[in-house]
Amino acid sequence: MPALTDGTARTANGRAIGDEMIAFILMTALLAIVPMTGIYPFFVMQGLCFALLACAFNLLLGYGGLLSFGHAMFLGTSGYVSAHALKVWGLPPELGIVAGVVAAAVLSVVTGVVAIRRQGIYFAMITLALAQLLYFIYLQTPFTHGEDGIQGVPQGKMFGVLDLSHPDTLYYVVLGGFLFGFLVIYRAINSPFGEVLKSIRENEQRAISLGYKTDQYKLLAYILSGTLAGFAGSLKVLVAQNASLTDVHWTMSGEIVLMTLVGGLGTVFGPVVGAFAIIAMQQYLAGFGQWVTVIQGAIFVVCVLTFRRGVVGEIAHYFKRSL
Amino acid sequence: MQALSAQLLVGLINGSFYALLSLGLAVIFGMLNIINFAHGAVYMMGAFCAYFLLNVFGIGYWPALIVAPVLVGIFGMVMERTMLKWLTGLDHLYGLLLTFGLALIIQGVFQNYFGSSGLPYAIPDELQGGINLGFMFLPVYRGWVIVCSLVVCIATWYLIERTRLGAYLRAATENPTLVRAFGINVPRMITLTYGLGVGLAALAGVLSAPINQVRPLMGADLIIVVFAVVVIGGMGSIMGSIITGFALGIIEGLTKYFYPEASNSVVFVLMVLVLLVKPTGLTGRAT
Repeated sequence: MPALTDGTARTANGRAIGDEMIAFILMTALLAIVPMTGIYPFFVMQGLCFALLACAFNLLLGYGGLLSFGHAMFLGTSGYVSAHALKVWGLPPELGIVAGVVAAAVLSVVTGVVAIRRQGIYFAMITLALAQLLYFIYLQTPFTHGEDGIQGVPQGKMFGVLDLSHPDTLYYVVLGGFLFGFLVIYRAINSPFGEVLKSIRENEQRAISLGYKTDQYKLLAYILSGTLAGFAGSLKVLVAQNASLTDVHWTMSGEIVLMTLVGGLGTVFGPVVGAFAIIAMQQYLAGFGQWVTVIQGAIFVVCVLTFRRGVVGEIAHYFKRSL
Repeated sequence: MQALSAQLLVGLINGSFYALLSLGLAVIFGMLNIINFAHGAVYMMGAFCAYFLLNVFGIGYWPALIVAPVLVGIFGMVMERTMLKWLTGLDHLYGLLLTFGLALIIQGVFQNYFGSSGLPYAIPDELQGGINLGFMFLPVYRGWVIVCSLVVCIATWYLIERTRLGAYLRAATENPTLVRAFGINVPRMITLTYGLGVGLAALAGVLSAPINQVRPLMGADLIIVVFAVVVIGGMGSIMGSIITGFALGIIEGLTKYFYPEASNSVVFVLMVLVLLVKPTGLTGRAT
């Protein structure tokens, strides 16, 4: 099976780390000055949540070669749990986030054990079906309020001091959360664990014959990815102040795949670029109604047929750099 | 008793659609190694095609049963020639992503022109009314759908498993290079197979048009259930997908009678249970 992603840029590892450091500092600086510019902060915060989600998804597909078509279930589950914890139980935001992340972690263990038993497209179909199962459960259980969703979630004070109803404070908390998640993923990719994961992506049989228990590595990657996707979902509740069924529906899972594909599979910064590109597109093309779906579909087709490295992947390939 | 047999009937009809759709998926998967995510979209196109044939050209149900699958099948073959062909040899996940994109495009275009509400399609005169079976009332059209889909499924099975053409097809799945060396045009066979699979989905669409209304998203949610059916069945054999399709339809119908809350999710729960016991699916080969 040919490789899913392009490995040429990864030759000189020392320079690669250097390039990624510069890109990371550049990204952090750009994101940090957003509140001082005139950019609508809500849009950037939403973008950050989806960027973290796409990065978590990319850990699984780009580095582990596992296409999960149900990643929205983590976003939605942690969103519902966090929203419920904040609104009904009245927990402070930090504990609300913890509750959501724990829920996503548990869900990823349970679904991971089931899904990891099959590979390739079957894995994709199983994750999709599991997500749809959860969709129907959330549609019927009372605590999610069905079609209405959980509205008007209070933001509260984080650690008792950070007033999240203040836009700038909220922005830096979300940015902090994003950077934390991003660095966890970056660390995982550049660890021995990440190297084994990549070897499984390239050739699972070879990894098995080298003595690695590949199923355990894949499951661990799945759990890490699902948990971090859940973290993104909890942050999103603080930003949007609601949790609804759209976050669990399979079209959301498709959007996550699209973000990663556009940005660049198996690149560190690709999912971030892709997430902001898709969010911006939805924001500015909202007036076109259903044509947005058509445009998204067309982007899928174009990416798969001609542009498989994605934006960041193409740039990295052109300059023979690692990004 | 009345209610139970009514739900069983609904289950059998849903099973007919599951079987026809998963059969098409299996045929396509066998030759192209692609899970056709656009399968729900072409099912919907089949229904719309029948609707247009009737309302624009005045072509009724019976001709539409042939014409719509052929038209949609040709559309599918164009899709294969222009796009899917270029994915040969790549990771099969790209096929899934490409067909997902195609599904979004097709559904989006139809939603733009027809909104999300359903268009009615009348049951043909010959199949109006019903028969009283004593223990239940059987609407003729519903009986026809079940019989028709069974016949088509078995015919497809016969074509692939028992004829010379089917033997070429199965051989080309195992070793395309060798089959080409015997002078058989494998790329053309792949295109025709994709057309056949898409045509089967379109036929299911025409059959469903008088029962379920003609809607742009009629295939979108159905396809995920069909994926679960495929995972349960394992897609190892053509017969396997037919039997699993019907069986799951019936199980769904029974659930609707005994515990309606779970009727949407029972197929997915079954999928989890089957995967825990037998990861390859009921009829699946180990991969």
